[in-house]
Amino acid sequence: MRETLRFLLGDELIEIAPCDPTLTVLDWLRLERRLTGSKEGCAEGDCGACTVVVGRLDRCRLRYEAINACIRFLPTLDGCQILTVEHLKRPDGSLHPVQQAMVDCHGSQCGFCTPGIVMSLFALWLNENTPSVARIEDALAGNLCRCTGYEPIIAAAQRMYHLDEAEWFDRDAVADTLRALADMETLALTSPKGRFLAPATVNALADLVMAHPQATLVAGATDVGLWVTKGMRRLDPVISLGRIEALREIADRGDHIVFGAMATHAEVRPVLASLSPQLDELMRRFGGEQVRNAGTIGGNIANGSPIGDLPPALIALGASLVLRRGGEQRDIPLEDFFLDYRKQDRREGEFVEAVIVPKLPRDAEFHISKISKRFDEDISAVCGAFLLEIGRDGWITDARLAYGGLAGIPKRALETEAALIGRAWDDAAVDDAILALPRDFTPLSDMRASAGYRLAMAGNLLRRFLIETTRPGVETRVAGLLAEARHG
Amino acid sequence: MADARQRQDPPIQPGVTVGSLGASRIHDSAARHVAGEAVYIDDIAAPEGLLHAYLGLSRIAHGRLVSLDLAPVLAAPGVVAVLTAADIPGVNDISSTHRHDEPVFATQTILHHGQPLFAVVGETRQAARHAAALALAVYEEAPPVLDVAAARAAGGTLVTDPLKLERGDVAAALAASPRRLKGSMTIGGQDHFYLEGQIALAIPGEEEDMQVFSSTQHPSEVQHMVAQVLGVGSHAVTIEVRRMGGGFGGKETQSNLFACVAALAARKLKRPVKLRPDRDDDMIITGKRHDFVCDYEIGFDDAGHIHAVDAVYAARCGWNADLSGPVTDRALFHMDNCYFYPAVRARSEPLLTHTVSNTAFRGFGGPQGMVGAERFIEEVAFATGLDPLEVRRRNLYGGTPGEGPGRDLTPYHQTVTDNIAGEVIARLECSCDYRARQAAMREANAKSPIVKRGLALTPVKFGISFTATWYNQAGALVHVYTDGTVMLNHGGTEMGQGLYTKVAQVVAQSFGIGLDQIKITATTTGKVPNTSATAASSGSDLNGMAALDACETIKTRLVAFAAQHWQESPDSIVFRQGFVQVGAREIAFVDLVKAAYMGRVQLSATGFYATPKIHWDRKAGRGQPFYYFAYGAAAAEVAIDTLTGEYKVERVDILHDCGTSLNPAIDKGQIEGGFIQGMGWLTTEELVWDEKGVLKTHAPSTYKIPVASDRPRIVNVALLEDAPNREPTIHRSKAVGEPPLMLAISVLHALSDAVASVGGHRVCPRLDTPATPERVLAAVERVRTEAGL
Repeated sequence: MRETLRFLLGDELIEIAPCDPTLTVLDWLRLERRLTGSKEGCAEGDCGACTVVVGRLDRCRLRYEAINACIRFLPTLDGCQILTVEHLKRPDGSLHPVQQAMVDCHGSQCGFCTPGIVMSLFALWLNENTPSVARIEDALAGNLCRCTGYEPIIAAAQRMYHLDEAEWFDRDAVADTLRALADMETLALTSPKGRFLAPATVNALADLVMAHPQATLVAGATDVGLWVTKGMRRLDPVISLGRIEALREIADRGDHIVFGAMATHAEVRPVLASLSPQLDELMRRFGGEQVRNAGTIGGNIANGSPIGDLPPALIALGASLVLRRGGEQRDIPLEDFFLDYRKQDRREGEFVEAVIVPKLPRDAEFHISKISKRFDEDISAVCGAFLLEIGRDGWITDARLAYGGLAGIPKRALETEAALIGRAWDDAAVDDAILALPRDFTPLSDMRASAGYRLAMAGNLLRRFLIETTRPGVETRVAGLLAEARHG
Repeated sequence: MADARQRQDPPIQPGVTVGSLGASRIHDSAARHVAGEAVYIDDIAAPEGLLHAYLGLSRIAHGRLVSLDLAPVLAAPGVVAVLTAADIPGVNDISSTHRHDEPVFATQTILHHGQPLFAVVGETRQAARHAAALALAVYEEAPPVLDVAAARAAGGTLVTDPLKLERGDVAAALAASPRRLKGSMTIGGQDHFYLEGQIALAIPGEEEDMQVFSSTQHPSEVQHMVAQVLGVGSHAVTIEVRRMGGGFGGKETQSNLFACVAALAARKLKRPVKLRPDRDDDMIITGKRHDFVCDYEIGFDDAGHIHAVDAVYAARCGWNADLSGPVTDRALFHMDNCYFYPAVRARSEPLLTHTVSNTAFRGFGGPQGMVGAERFIEEVAFATGLDPLEVRRRNLYGGTPGEGPGRDLTPYHQTVTDNIAGEVIARLECSCDYRARQAAMREANAKSPIVKRGLALTPVKFGISFTATWYNQAGALVHVYTDGTVMLNHGGTEMGQGLYTKVAQVVAQSFGIGLDQIKITATTTGKVPNTSATAASSGSDLNGMAALDACETIKTRLVAFAAQHWQESPDSIVFRQGFVQVGAREIAFVDLVKAAYMGRVQLSATGFYATPKIHWDRKAGRGQPFYYFAYGAAAAEVAIDTLTGEYKVERVDILHDCGTSLNPAIDKGQIEGGFIQGMGWLTTEELVWDEKGVLKTHAPSTYKIPVASDRPRIVNVALLEDAPNREPTIHRSKAVGEPPLMLAISVLHALSDAVASVGGHRVCPRLDTPATPERVLAAVERVRTEAGL
């Protein structure tokens, strides 16, 4: 057991004990360190004004990522390096290329979103060379600017690569320091506000969850963070899964892929993208970059959101979960995990250990559509994921249609599937399938969409699927990766 | 045309040389913004003994507060005090129009969900915020009236006097019109979503003195409100703001509450107090852009000429008047946009509802009036089968040659003397290749069953001046120090729009010195008093002139001194860029200043400016409320998906009139930013209240302002060249804060054009706003049905 939190702030080693388990990184920076460059714009991970860059060891390699400091609990950054906007200037006081480019291009007006935008661009600058405009837009999807209309910021993101690129800090030295900080002890912090437990192995985690069945399990905290910042809940104890390397592993097992529960959306995306461009686009639209860098595949599922952008796609693919309780494991189909609104088949002391995703069968048609008010960085009003297996004779032999946003849980459309199986994949079959949809779903109206629109979308997305699979010349999408291909 | 993808702005170096007026100088705070060193109010180092206040809010939208038990709040850990209306030494009212309809804390009557009932003060913000949720309030609920339809059904209580504009005999003109039609349009509201939320930090001084750092566009009003609530004179209260993290109108009156509560707590506890609501609470408490229902009847002919318009503009004003009077007035002032209506009647209906009190928002009602005007055009276009752009052109002020005089009178009887709308439209139509693209698009649409494209070109004419005529004044204070550096202060506030930079450019140009010699200091009521809100796009017009006036005063003294000192004629003394010409001598500004100081010349001056020419008789509905008009036009191209209603703005071309720009880079920033903000208003930004009057879109997770990828794929922005303001404004420039927002109306009409394609352009889509994917799809389906397809 280690009772002191350790991490780097810039190049300064910070050691903290005791520590409030749900102290946010942003509050710590602003209130305790008086580093006020990072701003609070929304306290829910949607505006990006608080963006900081975190360096962490990823299989011994140093990986830098932008995250939202406002919803991240400080103790979850044990063993990491935090870089804020205050760390960017060179020792001689001159601006970093990212900052200078923003100045040169008139990229700030009121300036309040600017530190966050600078940090998102800094992460991009560290990781990628001369990205496309579309990629820059992705990297900024989690940063709201209300003044500029983004034009000069995009220009700055292009210009920053044309300024002096010399790196002013020693990555190797940082990696060495982080390696020296890494250990296999369970981090156990206590404070008057509660306990924070962060095991380093799966077995230690299994024991802790059994010992503290009422504990709040935290993965990327992109939702749990809001329980604290918005719900003002006190969480005690908190068990963080973030230090367990084994839970981040992604393994290709031939006909399926095993994702450790703690693989982040950013880590999952390229692997899913290799299965289908539809999955690539789904993952691209998942939150903003900061959320994709923090949120995890296991957290997205275990959290049990009625929408949960990933579950419909995974259900359509026939994914299953590995649930762990003490020394025991069980596998269940993902679709059976979701029982009711915010209620899952997770037993006391149990946690999601891995997600098993089958690869697409040969000759399968696969489609995902996400409908939201705003195209990027929005929660879906409706998300549909469809997998059809079509025999040589052209008949549909199997159908897996999964929807989010139409019920209290992500759910398969069993009646609708039945209407398709055994039919030719054509307009008549889709017409009949659409007639079956109301038997599967009675959606609700809310601020994202009306019930009527939701049900209409459930059907129209099937029509889109049909057109895309049978009439390849017809343009069907107006935005995103699948439309950008048209525009070159 | 350049593709945004290839865009490479030339590097623009910071201002180190002189002669800066009209140059693209960087924002004065840019280097601090990008380094995280620009100080916002929440970044100010905490004064010793700082406490934090938090507001306790009503959980019902309408009814009576039967009892309020604050004992659990007071007993919570870290809590120092609670405050209610009973703790207010002065007046429990912060109505900006002095109607006494806006209590700081509700006492009995509850008029909206989220109305402040009390404040709690704690050692930390978290302690106060947690405790605020512990109050035990007992309510007697009454049914809330939530929108225009419900307000009308309930008898239509108005929050303020309505306005009527009338010219000609509308009834007769309608009756005589060859064709008539009636319609109605619903226009959505908008949350400001300034990135920096509301905040105030109050520091008590000796006796009654109170200093408040307030994120406000209107320090003088905050000063008066704090004085009123504390029951002290305005001279005891000083308000300061160096910069806001965005305002957009949302900090014109809405900052009063937070400043007053912080000051109240600071006064009671004799300790500094900060109040910063969480984003969700900010959105739940504060007013937004008014949503409107516009009911209209139009008389026109087959040639697309409008003969008469009769329209009613009903607005959801919320629970008190706030600025709803002037906002709804401005909607009426822009119900013509660029078009002449031979006979016209426009009436406002500022309705009381049990929702947040809607307030100023960039455009201030103008956008809503203008969206209505463009709907009228669209109706006439579809009714006549003419292209909407042709209908726009035929109805412009001034009209077509040979139609005789008189086509230049607005519904408020001001003559439009500076009309350039026709020229702006013509130039843009040509530069954006409107005709050829429209033809190509229609052909492509015929072959594309699902995705349809649309194109629309819409103009903007926006009246510049506060319609509250007395607001059109400004003051400035300029100190020249003996080392030649200059301290500049004026009544305008900096919210990102670059006002400080522009006014500093004015001063630099006037003295012929570099921007680096000028220190722009925080706006404070202690330096320049009785200021107007930085609003109505007026910031640089008013404060630039006031600062120039101060400079001129100092220069006059310096000239008199130099003439005597060097024995030259005053006429031979000229402030050049970089030096002062005194006869044959070239004297450095600093040397002149030093000599003048030794000669006991006052090197400090105030400046003042009042906009000339304007007057307005509201009762009569006549006058010249505007000094001049700012013009612009935009052509937007969109693609819509007729299966889902999803859309993408693919291209926009903008030509905008800034007169002779004070700073083209800053003006371009206002144009691009205003366009995107307007696009958000008309597309994805949807405010939803539930049947209990609870705002459901109270955070960025549910309220969707544009992100980077919502930008059009291609953005071409040009400033109208060689178009100095015909009025002698500062540098012959034009105001640019608000007008560009309305360029986004082109997006709405491009969406409409794409929707219309599914009905062969025979059925008017009548797309209401915000045009969310759901609304676009509904319009597609209605057009298809009505077209019989």
